[in-house]
Amino acid sequence: MRKILLWAPLMVFALLAGVLLRGLQSPESGTVPSKMVGRAAPDFVLPAAVPSHPGLARADLARGKPVLVNIFASWCVPCIAEMPVLLALKRQGVEIHGIAIRDKPEDVAAFLRDHGDPYARIGSDVSSQVQISFGSSGVPESFVIDGSGKIRLQHIGDIQQDDVPEILAALKAAQ
Amino acid sequence: MIAELGLGVLWLAAGLAVLQAVLGGLALRFPDRPDLGQAVRPVAIAQGVLVSFAMLALIYLFLVSDMSVKLVVANSHSEKPWLYKFAGTWGNHEGSMLLWVAILAVAGSGIALLERRVRPDTLIATLMAQGFIALGFYAFLLFSSNPFERVSPAPQDGNGLNPLLQDPGLAFHPPTLYLGYVGMSVAFSFAVGALLTRDVGPAFARAMRPWVLGAWVFLTLGITAGSYWAYYELGWGGWWFWDPVENASLMPWLAATALLHSVTVLATRDSLRAWTVMLAVVAFSMSMVGTFLVRSGILTSVHAFAVDPERGSFILALLFIYVGAALTLFALRIGTVREGTQFEPVSREAALVLNNLFLTVILGVVLIGTLYPLIAQSMGQQISIGPPYFNPAAGSVALLLIIAMVAGPLMRWRRDGLAAVAKRMALPLALGLVVIVLIRLMAPQIGLLPWLGLSVAALAAAGSVAPLWKRNLRRTPLFTWGMVVAHLGVAIALAGMATDSAFMKEKLVALGEGEATQVGPFSVRLVDVTPVIGPNWTALQGRMSAQRGSGAAFELLPQARNYSSPPTDTSEAAISTLWNGQLYAVLGKANGDGRWQVRLWWKPWVTLIWLGGALIAFGGVLSLIGRLWRERGLATPESGNA
Amino acid sequence: MMRFLNNRLTFALVLTALVSGPVQADSRIGAAPLANVQLADPDQEKAAKHLMETIRCLVCQGQSIADSDAELAGDMRSLIRERIQKGEKPEAIRSWLIERYGDWVVYAPPARGSALALWLLPLLLLGVGGLVARGRIRRRSR
Repeated sequence: MRKILLWAPLMVFALLAGVLLRGLQSPESGTVPSKMVGRAAPDFVLPAAVPSHPGLARADLARGKPVLVNIFASWCVPCIAEMPVLLALKRQGVEIHGIAIRDKPEDVAAFLRDHGDPYARIGSDVSSQVQISFGSSGVPESFVIDGSGKIRLQHIGDIQQDDVPEILAALKAAQ
Repeated sequence: MIAELGLGVLWLAAGLAVLQAVLGGLALRFPDRPDLGQAVRPVAIAQGVLVSFAMLALIYLFLVSDMSVKLVVANSHSEKPWLYKFAGTWGNHEGSMLLWVAILAVAGSGIALLERRVRPDTLIATLMAQGFIALGFYAFLLFSSNPFERVSPAPQDGNGLNPLLQDPGLAFHPPTLYLGYVGMSVAFSFAVGALLTRDVGPAFARAMRPWVLGAWVFLTLGITAGSYWAYYELGWGGWWFWDPVENASLMPWLAATALLHSVTVLATRDSLRAWTVMLAVVAFSMSMVGTFLVRSGILTSVHAFAVDPERGSFILALLFIYVGAALTLFALRIGTVREGTQFEPVSREAALVLNNLFLTVILGVVLIGTLYPLIAQSMGQQISIGPPYFNPAAGSVALLLIIAMVAGPLMRWRRDGLAAVAKRMALPLALGLVVIVLIRLMAPQIGLLPWLGLSVAALAAAGSVAPLWKRNLRRTPLFTWGMVVAHLGVAIALAGMATDSAFMKEKLVALGEGEATQVGPFSVRLVDVTPVIGPNWTALQGRMSAQRGSGAAFELLPQARNYSSPPTDTSEAAISTLWNGQLYAVLGKANGDGRWQVRLWWKPWVTLIWLGGALIAFGGVLSLIGRLWRERGLATPESGNA
Repeated sequence: MMRFLNNRLTFALVLTALVSGPVQADSRIGAAPLANVQLADPDQEKAAKHLMETIRCLVCQGQSIADSDAELAGDMRSLIRERIQKGEKPEAIRSWLIERYGDWVVYAPPARGSALALWLLPLLLLGVGGLVARGRIRRRSR
């Protein structure tokens, strides 16, 4: 018994070392995935972000057809980067709705003019309240929502060309 | 030329570290060859001299802005003030590693020159362990982070030190913590040396104690300064966030504090032998774990630092080797070390054991709480652990610890009577109770922890000076004064923490020029907001005029700064220190309607936190001087006491 | 949104050139209504503040939303104050946030599952330590 006790410190240390080594291999992750995936999208009604597009409400996400909700902002640099990909998705028949975070109508309009416009509707979320209720933690982020209004997939960060198959598959599965 | 010389000297020093380790090992293996052992001391001294020279060479290169040296180019600029050129030497990875090994080797020289109390073979074993530790850092420097590397062609000028690092705090904060960490490594070497020669006893404890005390003083100063720095820099009035980087500096301190007390038990009563050796190993490992956590960036922290997983893995490897070896040695050897004297349940020894128990529990809570997010992540969970966990979990044990801290010095060594101790504790306990009741009556709204905190602080303030009661103050030894001052510092810091969290007043408001608001007892008026230009920043500066009742008005000048390279926004809080607290003002963003967001805090007695910290360190200094003075006579000629 | 990381101070014992965080611009919209404005009722403000101190900022490097300059943190403060003002219980708001972001978003680990051990840790360590220490104490013989 006493023998074992003498080796206990070394064993505790080995445990600690294991945790540290493990931490080195996979450091604390910075991204916080939404826990809303797999559940009904939150209830919300957002006014139009620009005069050219209607606003967005929970009801628009449950019209029987899967949609992509893109959370973006005119002041967000990676949002510009994903525009060509979103436009390509739109050309493939994907219905895309935007939620503009902390944005002014003229800035959103200029953003659409300069970088393209993949959106059917754009809601304006000036104090990120709807973004928070989606469990989203930054811009850009996108959610695949099925015809019944249930969230099927969250994509954190800008959608790149490589991510398209995954998004399309999720949309298809949501039919 | 200087750079090549520095590198050459560094290689030589590394060679001497090898020699020191090998000679030491041989001397222990062949006790009949005293010449081997006698050679170790001069080698250790020479190693210290050489690596100091290398360090000076690097400082010189920074001071003269030698732009043919890569490290200088990357971290300095010829037009920087000399202080930041100087501090820039260790304001980077390579330079700081060199500083570490330089302090380590100089400490080794110090031991070789001055230490006369331990058995000669223990001293040789200690120096051998030191040689091995230094070797790891030399390897790190020479093989993966050469500070003297040249760059060709040499650029016109350097990249400069980040403007935000040009803070006097940065010039002194890292070396302070370093001195603490290196001091812990000396204690570790002593522990390994004593294990190797089975010489775990009072003489070893007395030899190790000044190093532990010194290291502890530096750690205390480093943490106190770091806390104040966070307080004024982060701009939200907080002074401790239980952030992983803060915890990384707290853990070695907790272990060192426990070690400081157990080493006293070992020196005075020849008890707690195995435990003291264990703590020395733990304190050193916590320094290394702290370094690793800070450098590897495996946990997200608010305190910025350069993270580099590769360097992190090097530190981790060193940690594995040193601590793994030491603990193996511990398991093999400690069984043959007699346990030392047992003690009575009511005695100063018992109180110190209780102190060690509480400190170790806090250390365990902080360590596991800090690392738990990583453990949870590997089980597929994402969780966060912060103040709402640490405050109750560590704070409640800390309050118990402080009560034990008061009781200990009022107990006799060996054996004491419960009734006698209760009598000596009566006054502090009564005071604590009075405060508990008073607060309940006068400020019933404050939280449980601040309430208990204030009461324990009152108890501790009275209790910490109680050992001086009825004593001839002029004949009281200096180390007793040191203890009293340090314990009083704990009480004062605790009072500051509790008062701040209980009675702090916050005001968040949008103010236009000429508008005023009230925070606590002060009325604060925003006089105007004007642009100001600094050497490498522009800022909006708010001029505020604060006044308590009809007292004299004083000015506060918070700034919202904008640095150009790299583009960075910072808010420079304005802090006005009054005799009974601080008024803290931050200028936020413009509101769009001609108003500015203004954050104001009245923080009564908050200064006591850092005053307490400084007192704790000062107490340590007094103790150190007192011990060295008292034990100067114990130095015996080397040949005398084998 | 997030400021560069390098305007933070450092406790770092080893300092090298600082890493800058992800470049995120600020929006052109001012702070949300109750992001930086206290509630009129001091009890409500106290409850809100207490809750905010336990909620982790989503875009910061380990800060609570109570002391972060990030815009999203401000928006979350506003959300909390609005709901408290409407009479919602802090516990309900906390659960609502956990429903969205999981346990990550609160600084207190959940008192269930494996994290429960964390709350029992001080007692556990005191118990084990006490047992080890007891061996050193001489039984008082009468």
